[in-house]
Amino acid sequence: MAHQTAHHTEAGHHAPVAEHVEEHTTTGINHRKLLMWVFLSSDCLFFGSLIATYMVYRGQSLVGPYPVDIIDVPITTISTFVLLCSSFAMVRALAATNEDRQGAIIFWLLTTAFLGAIFIGFQVYEFNLFRAEGLRIDTNLFGSTFFTLTGFHGAHVTLGIVWLLGLAWIAKKGRLGPKTALDVELAGLYWHFVDIVWIVIFTLIYLIGGFDTGPAVDPSLVPHSITGFLGLI
Amino acid sequence: MATITDVIPRPASQSGLWSWITTVDHKRIGVLYGTTAFIFLLLGGIEAGIIRLQLAVPDNTMIDPDTFNQMFTMHGTTMIFLVVMPLSASFFNFVIPLAIGARDVAFPRLNAFSYWVFLFGGLLLNASFLTNQAPDAGWFSYANLTEKPFSPNQGLDYWALGLQVLGVSSLAAAFNFIVTIVNMRAPGMSLMRMPLFVWMTLVTSILLVLAFPVITVGLIELTFDRNFGTNFFVPEGGGDPILWQHLFWVFGHPEVYILILPAMGIVSEILPTFSRKPLFGYPVVVFSGIVIGIMGWAVWSHHMFTVGLGPVAVSVFTITTMLIAVPTGVKIFNWIGTLWGGQITLNTAMLFALGFVALFIVGGLSGVSHAVAPSDNQQQDTYYIVAHIHYVLFGGALFGIFAGIFYWFPKLTGKLLHDGLGKLHFWLYFIGMNITFFPMHYLGLNGMPRRIYTYASEFGWDGLNMLASLGYLVLFAGTLVFMLNLLISLRKQPDAGHDPWDAPGLEWSIASPPPVYNFAKIPEVEGLDHYWIVKRRAAAEGAPITEPEAAVDPSTIHMPSPSYWPLITAIGVLILAGGMLYDTGWDYIRFPIPFIGGIICFIGIIGWSNEPAAEEHHGGDDHAGEHPMVHGDAGPGVVAAVAVRPAGMATPSVRMICSNCGNQLSASFRFCPYCGGAVENPAEPQHEEG
Repeated sequence: MAHQTAHHTEAGHHAPVAEHVEEHTTTGINHRKLLMWVFLSSDCLFFGSLIATYMVYRGQSLVGPYPVDIIDVPITTISTFVLLCSSFAMVRALAATNEDRQGAIIFWLLTTAFLGAIFIGFQVYEFNLFRAEGLRIDTNLFGSTFFTLTGFHGAHVTLGIVWLLGLAWIAKKGRLGPKTALDVELAGLYWHFVDIVWIVIFTLIYLIGGFDTGPAVDPSLVPHSITGFLGLI
Repeated sequence: MATITDVIPRPASQSGLWSWITTVDHKRIGVLYGTTAFIFLLLGGIEAGIIRLQLAVPDNTMIDPDTFNQMFTMHGTTMIFLVVMPLSASFFNFVIPLAIGARDVAFPRLNAFSYWVFLFGGLLLNASFLTNQAPDAGWFSYANLTEKPFSPNQGLDYWALGLQVLGVSSLAAAFNFIVTIVNMRAPGMSLMRMPLFVWMTLVTSILLVLAFPVITVGLIELTFDRNFGTNFFVPEGGGDPILWQHLFWVFGHPEVYILILPAMGIVSEILPTFSRKPLFGYPVVVFSGIVIGIMGWAVWSHHMFTVGLGPVAVSVFTITTMLIAVPTGVKIFNWIGTLWGGQITLNTAMLFALGFVALFIVGGLSGVSHAVAPSDNQQQDTYYIVAHIHYVLFGGALFGIFAGIFYWFPKLTGKLLHDGLGKLHFWLYFIGMNITFFPMHYLGLNGMPRRIYTYASEFGWDGLNMLASLGYLVLFAGTLVFMLNLLISLRKQPDAGHDPWDAPGLEWSIASPPPVYNFAKIPEVEGLDHYWIVKRRAAAEGAPITEPEAAVDPSTIHMPSPSYWPLITAIGVLILAGGMLYDTGWDYIRFPIPFIGGIICFIGIIGWSNEPAAEEHHGGDDHAGEHPMVHGDAGPGVVAAVAVRPAGMATPSVRMICSNCGNQLSASFRFCPYCGGAVENPAEPQHEEG
């Protein structure tokens, strides 16, 4: 890991140490890597709260369309598969960076971004389809929770794509290599995290919740749907 | 992309306004945080004054109910998010790098970004006054009062967006301080050698990182409800307003500890220093702080006992709430244990620290009475709650912060705050605080609800309300005395020297004010209370330390360079959030302004990442721009001020030195609290000038 911590001054975020001196940290973990892990822990709670909202309101929509009417599991399975494949490409990009294969770095970074873009394309198609079928963010609780949760996930993926394209740009200038592999590794940590979040979302919204119908009982008869939320905690 | 950084040359000014705007020095950012938060404190205090003036007499019509709602909402929001949190952040900034023996925080530019985003968030929140649409739904803004039909103006949008921006600031700062504390400690400073304040900052930062995303989601859902027609908290659409309460308090209760733990850390630094004894049971105090941080996540529904969650939930949260009183109580007993047998110096910092312990106990006891659900049912939404929150937040957090101001002010400025005026300030605050808030216990139990803009004389609340309002005047006077003290002390007080309190922390081993590089040589930490160990050993060897670490030429130490990018990115964040307030009403481009903010943010981040954190060495002349000075006169070759001990601080005493580790011990100690070894043959008692 020593080769990763040295000489990455041009990437910014640097402890106040003399240049070209290896960064000393108490734990041996690079500052930026630790920052990324702390950020991801924070993002866990962000998606956790959005998912909790979705779970609390599962089956509580008063009017249609309900999930069973419009959720298309096969199509989303394809986009999920594409997103998972992008994680593989990400791993290859980091490996290429560590091995200093310049052409492969750019190829795998662009592949990752491209696969991510396909996933986003599927999402745009799905959002438009749902909209055409009458599900908007203000239609019912399913619409509100679905669009908010998957929308913020999509925003995360989009940011990741921009980040990857930026890295590819830097790679094109020949500035990525074993000594700056941390730049790629951080993007990788983020990308894999966003992938894992999607696995949770896909399981909950599509595989488990995708066949939900309307409210099983009149919600006014269930005084505290919130106990479901407590159960989650 | 690299061209962007070429367009704007690196800021080079080392004095004047621009040097402050572009600074990345943690000490300067600490000053910026502190000054801004103090101005917000005055603003929140004025809001409190209007509330007390309105309630001083029954059937008052000085302000209308709408204005009253705005006042208490903005008072609570301001005091929590714009005063206590940033004042704590100010201490994090100034003290943490010094206390762990580092030259700056891990990400100096991110630190500057946190400050600017905080400032803009506070301004955005308060800009609501300019459009006469201040938020008016209370500081926890319960749904569905906050929904469009009940709050039709944009006040709640200001509130939600302002808090989002402040959340960005808090999160960025918390990331920074976690990495700084975990990763940048001086050699030898193991976790269990960290000063208590550093520990509490770490716990607070972890709480921030985990708690803020929850309120972020709640605020997003509220904003969507109000602007995009979703039904998250609207019962008509199947939504459940109680979800808002859960999301808010899952954040809100850890937030309570975010407010109080830094003050507990400050007090845990001050009590040992002025008792001339190490903190009693240091590991237990650390562990209690961690346990409070963890258990703070398991008590949120005690804010919701009257919602009707059912007997099981209420019982569970009653039990967890009572359990959390245990580690809190442990801390209080450890503070008392620290005082026990110590040689106590009653200066202003110590008085505020003792005031903290006393008033926090009062607030804690009324807190335990809320934990009992049947009793809480009587207290819910009465002035009893108002009394409780002010005992823990004013008597607790703010007293701890003022103790810290008096304690670290000489390190920051090189001047002591005037002790006489300080004591006057303390007593005005201590007495005023009790006159204002103690009667509220009675008012609450006599049934006076909070958040009513006036009351009839028949209820019999007149006298106590008038008393509380008079108490406000005493607090007001105390604040004026403090401001006077600041002005006078900066001009008239003699130099404090580097170590006016004979304190144990690393920060006292360097000059006051600290040089821009903090430590010329990164210290090797030998134990908890490192500087005491070093000073006692030097004294035992016959060469007591009277001078701070010698100054060196700053150009020999490479420091992070000032930068425009944090400010530019923060402006982008402001436009991104504030632009949401302008709704064009068009079909597809309803909110165009946030896109502009997003683009500014994007440019800022690119420029930021293309710019090296520290400018490369080009030649002698360039150095000037790389080393922002804390004070203009702290240049190379400055002669360290000779320590001048203020009058009233001298406490000549008989001390013992542990023969094992060299620490100073109280004469009554049978074992050394530092190394744990039994002191069978204690070293010769030493007479020393305290």
